[in-house]
Amino acid sequence: MSQRGELPQWVDLGLIPLLNLAVALIVAGLVVVIIGENPFEAMWIMLDGAVGSLKGWGYLLYYATNFVFTGLAVAVAFHAGLFNIGGEGQAYMAGVGATAVGLGLEFLPWPIVIPLAILASMAVGAFWAWIPGILQAKRGSHIVITTIMFNFIAASLVGYLINYWFRPVGKMAVESREITGAYIMSFREVARDFFGVRVASSPLNFSVFLAIIAAVAVWYLLWRTRLGYEIRAFGANSSAAVYAGIKPDRIIVITMAISGALAGLMAVNEILGVQHRLVLGFVGGAGFVGIAVALMGRSHPVGIVLAAMLFGLLYQGGSELSFAKPGINRDMIVVIQGLVILFMGALEYAFRPALAALFFKAED
Amino acid sequence: MIPAIELIGIDKRFGTVHANKDVNLAIAPGSIHGIIGENGAGKSTLMSILFGFYHADKGEIRVKGKPVKIKSSSDAISMGIGMVHQHFMLVDPFTVLENVVLGAENGALIGPALDKARAELTRLAHEYELDVDPDALVGELPVGLQQRVEILKALFKGAETLILDEPTGVLTPDEADHLFRILGTLRDQGKTVILITHKLREIMAITDRVSVMRRGEMVATFETRKTSVEQLADAMVGRHVLLSVDKGKPNPGEVILDVRGLTWKDKKGVPRVDNVSFTVRKGEIVGIAGVSGNGQSELLDVISGIVKPTSGQVIFEGKDIGIMGDPAHVRAEGIAHVPEDRQHRGLIKEFDASESMILGWHHDEALGHGFRLDRAKVIARAKAEMETFDVRPPDPFLKSAKFSGGNQQKIILAREMLSNPDLLIVGQPTRGVDIGAIEFIHKRIIALRDQGKAILLVSVELDEIRSLSDRILVMFAGKIMGVRGPEADERELGLLMAGVVKDAA
Repeated sequence: MSQRGELPQWVDLGLIPLLNLAVALIVAGLVVVIIGENPFEAMWIMLDGAVGSLKGWGYLLYYATNFVFTGLAVAVAFHAGLFNIGGEGQAYMAGVGATAVGLGLEFLPWPIVIPLAILASMAVGAFWAWIPGILQAKRGSHIVITTIMFNFIAASLVGYLINYWFRPVGKMAVESREITGAYIMSFREVARDFFGVRVASSPLNFSVFLAIIAAVAVWYLLWRTRLGYEIRAFGANSSAAVYAGIKPDRIIVITMAISGALAGLMAVNEILGVQHRLVLGFVGGAGFVGIAVALMGRSHPVGIVLAAMLFGLLYQGGSELSFAKPGINRDMIVVIQGLVILFMGALEYAFRPALAALFFKAED
Repeated sequence: MIPAIELIGIDKRFGTVHANKDVNLAIAPGSIHGIIGENGAGKSTLMSILFGFYHADKGEIRVKGKPVKIKSSSDAISMGIGMVHQHFMLVDPFTVLENVVLGAENGALIGPALDKARAELTRLAHEYELDVDPDALVGELPVGLQQRVEILKALFKGAETLILDEPTGVLTPDEADHLFRILGTLRDQGKTVILITHKLREIMAITDRVSVMRRGEMVATFETRKTSVEQLADAMVGRHVLLSVDKGKPNPGEVILDVRGLTWKDKKGVPRVDNVSFTVRKGEIVGIAGVSGNGQSELLDVISGIVKPTSGQVIFEGKDIGIMGDPAHVRAEGIAHVPEDRQHRGLIKEFDASESMILGWHHDEALGHGFRLDRAKVIARAKAEMETFDVRPPDPFLKSAKFSGGNQQKIILAREMLSNPDLLIVGQPTRGVDIGAIEFIHKRIIALRDQGKAILLVSVELDEIRSLSDRILVMFAGKIMGVRGPEADERELGLLMAGVVKDAA
């Protein structure tokens, strides 16, 4: 009775996010007006660029695939009360795993190499998150600090590895040799080579199915298994979890490893699916976007898939917009994305009290 | 006579919850007025409105006949209303004097205020038997004295009317008696006291008049000497309740739990459980009495495997379960545990009821194969257990936080008691539980005993210990002070709880 009354689910899960999105877009529109462009036109270019063509959709889904992986990574940890900010580094390290297997086992046929490379991505990502996990469980080092630090370590380490281990002698670009088996991941190349069909040129690849599988798997893990029950119990109330015989150390370490493995899958999309080689800085902030995606998606796989698609739309629509409108440059796009994160994540509950008051007034 | 405080038509809603419905209350000056009611009856809301924490949606407050607007606690204080909260609002590292002055510093320099307060404290101590060393650190005082500091704080700020919210929850019977003497003196000196409590005996012992609240409404006001405990209980619940527990003779069997020389030291090396030995037999209820914070909680933690003992043994059916230090193992051996703190341990507020109902038992193979947890089976179990224990509403999908205190407790009791344990450890089975539910819970515990199960009960409610237990252990400062039968004299138990051992036990 100390709490204010609850709002019905459709308000909490439907109306409020839409309202926040609308406000974010209005404010973004005002910014566009200030720099002297037509906000409606800008909005149209963004939308058309993202969902107006198959190619646009391809890019949108390709971006969304990255964000689903990193968003799920953040969400799983979050259910255990852990804030894994290290998705960026875990994905980056995972790229090394994917490339090492992809190049090292080149002599094997792709049906063997590709699954192994995917497993390697997950394993290396899991390992890179497992270390902060074990540090928190055994030494009490805070996971937020250690995962941030591990992003920097990963950045330097992968840079070194690409330069000194993976870069072929004489090559100028800081990148590895091509992973020959990886072309099989690409929709475009498979369609052309196996079916003789030409599809719109986009980086969309088979990883998108992996993202769907990952989302379902995370849902199943959290809500249909004993381990998931323990993860959620520990995250919601650690002293109740201890009372129930759940071992905190074990949950922290396992959850971080799962989280890292999910972040590691992002490297599958980028390295195996698109670049087909290890390139410098391929994660490009997707690890951090994952935090916003998880926040917006309320750490639920369905919400994460929707939020990831919204960010995919902003990314793809945004780059179309900066092509079409020189006045609106790349930085403006970042501002718009920032506003969406601000209103949907940080100010998630800003309108809730007013809405609740309105709602109860109507009910009386 | 003009009432000291008058509440007229107070109405307050929180969302859909109607916490106070058109409440009228008049408090005579120079009297002790009790307010009783079950949890959620609206007592605390009403007092929070009077003290300026909440604002009433409708209604009027009159102080000494004059209508007033109380917008904050400082408004209330300036009108001569003081409040002693259930959880003290004291700064532990400050001295008594500094705490009393807090909020009444009057200027940038603290010196003059402290001098004035020192003189005033001496006067108050003299007048009301409120002796406390003004230079003692509050954190080092026992709770009884901390409470006195709270009263002094209110009086120092000029309180004419003093509100006390469940003041005896943390006190020994002796300390409570002393508090009542102080309240009597305050009344005799012309102060007005409002006492909020759920303990009927206190109402009978100390108040002049008593008002009963039920579901947000003020249902009755009685002259205390013209009413009875039974009448008050019925008014609180709205139906006739049995206050005494119906219990047959115990039929104790063999020893099932044998605790030997158990010691547990905290991080600072202080023994919180100090060389404790006792046994529990099949078919008996062993109660542990004591003022809260004397090692009972820690004892339960050790026996249930949450912490490992520093030394000593916990022998359960011939096995030392103490060295395991693992609640999951302890459960597997056949020990169920209803924790003292249901909100923070017994269930997970964010989980729906069905999920809270498998907490600790989630490895049960009957709930799914291998790593899987079969949702349908979890819900089916919850439904069945909710029906058996009459949990309301019987909705396994409702969030655990949404149940009332009594129903949350029933959820936990159902989970633990229906796991068919050989030994049930119960901490504070009825803390914050409505009278109606208390009756039910007590019956269930006795029924379990009559099935030949062993029960170890910890409660700070001495009445509960006395009416349920077949043997009573009294804990003080981590030690067992003595073992008594259920017929033991309350006064004697009270002395043991305060650490006073009389010879010839």
